[in-house]
Amino acid sequence: MAKLTVNGQPADFEVDGETPLLWVLRDELGLMGTKYSCGIGLCGACTVHVDGQAIRSCVVPVGSLTEAQKIITIEGLSPDGSHPLQQAWAELDVPQCGYCQPGMIMAAAAMLNENPSPTDADIDSTLTNICRCGTFNRVRSGIHLATRLNKGGRP
Amino acid sequence: MAIERVKITRRDFLIASATAGAGLSLGLYLPLGNRQAQAADTIQEVNAWVVIEPDDTVIIRIARSEMGQGTLTGLAQLVAEELECDWSKVKTEYPTPGQNLARNRVWGSFSTGGSQGIRGSHQYVREGGALAREMLREAAAEAWDVPAEECTVSASVITHRPTGRATTYGKVAAAAARLVPPLEVELKDPKDWKLIGRPVKRLDTRDKLTGKQVFGADLQLPGMLNATIKACPVFGGALVTFDADAVREIPGVRAVVRVGDDAVAVVAETWWQAKKALDALPVTWDEGPNVGVSSESIAQMLDEGIAADEAFIGNQAGDVEAALAGAAKTVEAVYSYPYQNHATMEPMNATARWTADRCEVWCPTQNGEAALAATAEAAGLPASQCEVYKIHLGGGFGRRGAFHDFVRQAVTIAKQLPGTPVKLLWTREEDMLHGAYHPITRAKLVGGLDENGDLVGLRIRISGQSILSAVMPGRLSNGADLLTFQGLLPEGDHAISYTVPNLLIDHAMRNPPIRPGFWRGVNINQNAIYMECFLDELAHAAGSDPLAFRRKLMAEHPRSLAVLNAVAEKAGWGQESGGMHRGLAVCMAFGSYVAACAEVTVDAGGKLKIHRIVAATDPGYAVNPQQIEAQVAGSFVFGLSAMLWGECTIQGGRVQQENFDTYPSMRIAEMPHVATIVMPSGGFWGGVGEPTIAVAAPAVLNAVFAATGTRIRDLPLKNIDLRAA
Repeated sequence: MAKLTVNGQPADFEVDGETPLLWVLRDELGLMGTKYSCGIGLCGACTVHVDGQAIRSCVVPVGSLTEAQKIITIEGLSPDGSHPLQQAWAELDVPQCGYCQPGMIMAAAAMLNENPSPTDADIDSTLTNICRCGTFNRVRSGIHLATRLNKGGRP
Repeated sequence: MAIERVKITRRDFLIASATAGAGLSLGLYLPLGNRQAQAADTIQEVNAWVVIEPDDTVIIRIARSEMGQGTLTGLAQLVAEELECDWSKVKTEYPTPGQNLARNRVWGSFSTGGSQGIRGSHQYVREGGALAREMLREAAAEAWDVPAEECTVSASVITHRPTGRATTYGKVAAAAARLVPPLEVELKDPKDWKLIGRPVKRLDTRDKLTGKQVFGADLQLPGMLNATIKACPVFGGALVTFDADAVREIPGVRAVVRVGDDAVAVVAETWWQAKKALDALPVTWDEGPNVGVSSESIAQMLDEGIAADEAFIGNQAGDVEAALAGAAKTVEAVYSYPYQNHATMEPMNATARWTADRCEVWCPTQNGEAALAATAEAAGLPASQCEVYKIHLGGGFGRRGAFHDFVRQAVTIAKQLPGTPVKLLWTREEDMLHGAYHPITRAKLVGGLDENGDLVGLRIRISGQSILSAVMPGRLSNGADLLTFQGLLPEGDHAISYTVPNLLIDHAMRNPPIRPGFWRGVNINQNAIYMECFLDELAHAAGSDPLAFRRKLMAEHPRSLAVLNAVAEKAGWGQESGGMHRGLAVCMAFGSYVAACAEVTVDAGGKLKIHRIVAATDPGYAVNPQQIEAQVAGSFVFGLSAMLWGECTIQGGRVQQENFDTYPSMRIAEMPHVATIVMPSGGFWGGVGEPTIAVAAPAVLNAVFAATGTRIRDLPLKNIDLRAA
């Protein structure tokens, strides 16, 4: 039995504590925005927030988490897609296939929580998600645009 | 029986269109008795491409698949341009392969590969939009009892010029749908385009930002079970036995099933349960005849092909042997290119529901009709009793077009649980071990220079694997795979960019037992490296500037020369480089002309930094320049990931790389700035998704030579020490 708090809602599950958080989110809660791709914590497609920190949910056993920890998935990042990163991503048409983008946005959002005005070097060292379509230059522009939006700028 | 066009519900449309028979390209004719089928949820299909709802929402049907390349938006732009509709009210939908079959393939090909999405269908989709426009105009004119010529259309509004009366597409769509379409329609002159050529935003972005976009891996159906699979990791091997009893008690496990000759799957309530059980399942394989195949044995095969007497000729001019014998100087080099995996971010998957008289599949596919054929075959049912529902792809890159092994497997599993939908999702490891790999080749190149340093003879022997012989043997030409010569052919969509007076390019086909497939860019990936890096070698041997050396060979290739000149000018070739080392490449592929100039540095520790790539592309017509820019930068990530790290090595008849730890892909820190010049010269339709991939790697490799003096002839670069010798 695991108890979690996901996107502000309490949730109880009858699962083996070894089950990765990713598969609890997808199989038990139906939160399909968090993606499976590598399963070994390398690609970042499964990135969610635990207490504001980006974690790769495919390698985090659900038994290691408590209900006191706030888990946020892409579905809970903003109520209506209005997070500055989501606005910036829409403005710049960042996604191509889109499969890695929830993880990319969650990783970038956690970075902005810690560092509201990241430099290119900060982005390079923090954002290690894989995108096979190759959206990186628009991802970078999107983060800088979101930074400006956070400060009250317009797209 | 009286026949009349009627409005029908969406559900009725699906049913009716599956039975409506052939040739009804402009909608459905139903008996009057079906009028009761009308409901509030109506569709008004003006023709196969265009549905207009009463609120003026325009639904444009898209036959090709969206996998990130933006074709959905580009194709909608083509239809909307002629339709003269309000772009802000455009939505899109996929017709199903079953509907296409039932309606005599009214939507044409569903195949989404070879950069064909736009260039393979621009004519008929624009005609579809234009015919619908004329029918809407006619419907309004009839209602007003005026000549249609007096009515103008713009942004979904029809106006009768003499009186100023106006109506909208939504109000007349039902009447338009009843009209007989004009026999002919004239398409706009490109100079009058308002939407084609505009950098409009994609139509499919919003849901990709919130997690709402459903990919195949995300599909959920009532009562659905989850499966994962393991096929024999050795190519050509078979499944002998498995011990289902050992895992039956694992919570959630519902079935352990044989899948064809070579695979076993576990079906469980959740995917994680299925994976845990499959990991624990004792399996015995017959590793088959290829267990002795290795990268070394394949290299021997290819080396033998390099020296072989017989080969298929792809391009020939003059007398190359005489020219080389008489040359003042000859240069010789051997290059090689390894196996690559597509490694789409979304692993292979399909969901199937099978009953004795019907089989349905939901899957990401680059070719819905091929997926339907695979479904019917695996289901043991006629195609008319099967259907495939396409879902956006989490990457395709060629993996999900020619091969539907994942569909066959899903259906084979579902067949053993009749009536229950089963979603099969591969692990990353399964995806890496059972790819359709970029083929392996190597090439020996010999060039001859005269006393002036001019290229008088060039001989290229390619040795290695043919995709067509494994995938589409019917497309071989007297045994030859002309696709092997992409970028080197005398003419066509993949023509050589140079005129060499004495030339021989041939292919010694050597096919190792590793399944090859179409991988973004296909054979231009290695051919452009072979050609462009070797031309750089020749330029150096001639004491020439690589740009000047190329230009001398390009007088008869003005479009290729134009893109090359464009990147050279923008990058400042020959001018102060601020410590950057530069390299050039040019190629024609998939009907487009492309070039690149890379700027790199290599530090004392041998670390390569790719700072910037200036790229130019002439696709003839540029439908959406901002999406072309995205495809250019994206293709560089795919091509450069392969150049830097990508290789699938073989040992014991199996691939050794099982995940991104041993098969890395580029990350943002490695991404160069990309400056894209979109320079459409008009008059032809070239591809966009693939061509530029060809020039990224050779431009960078030539820049690496400029920086280090080291020629890279074997990839990937991770195996090469770039520290100063």
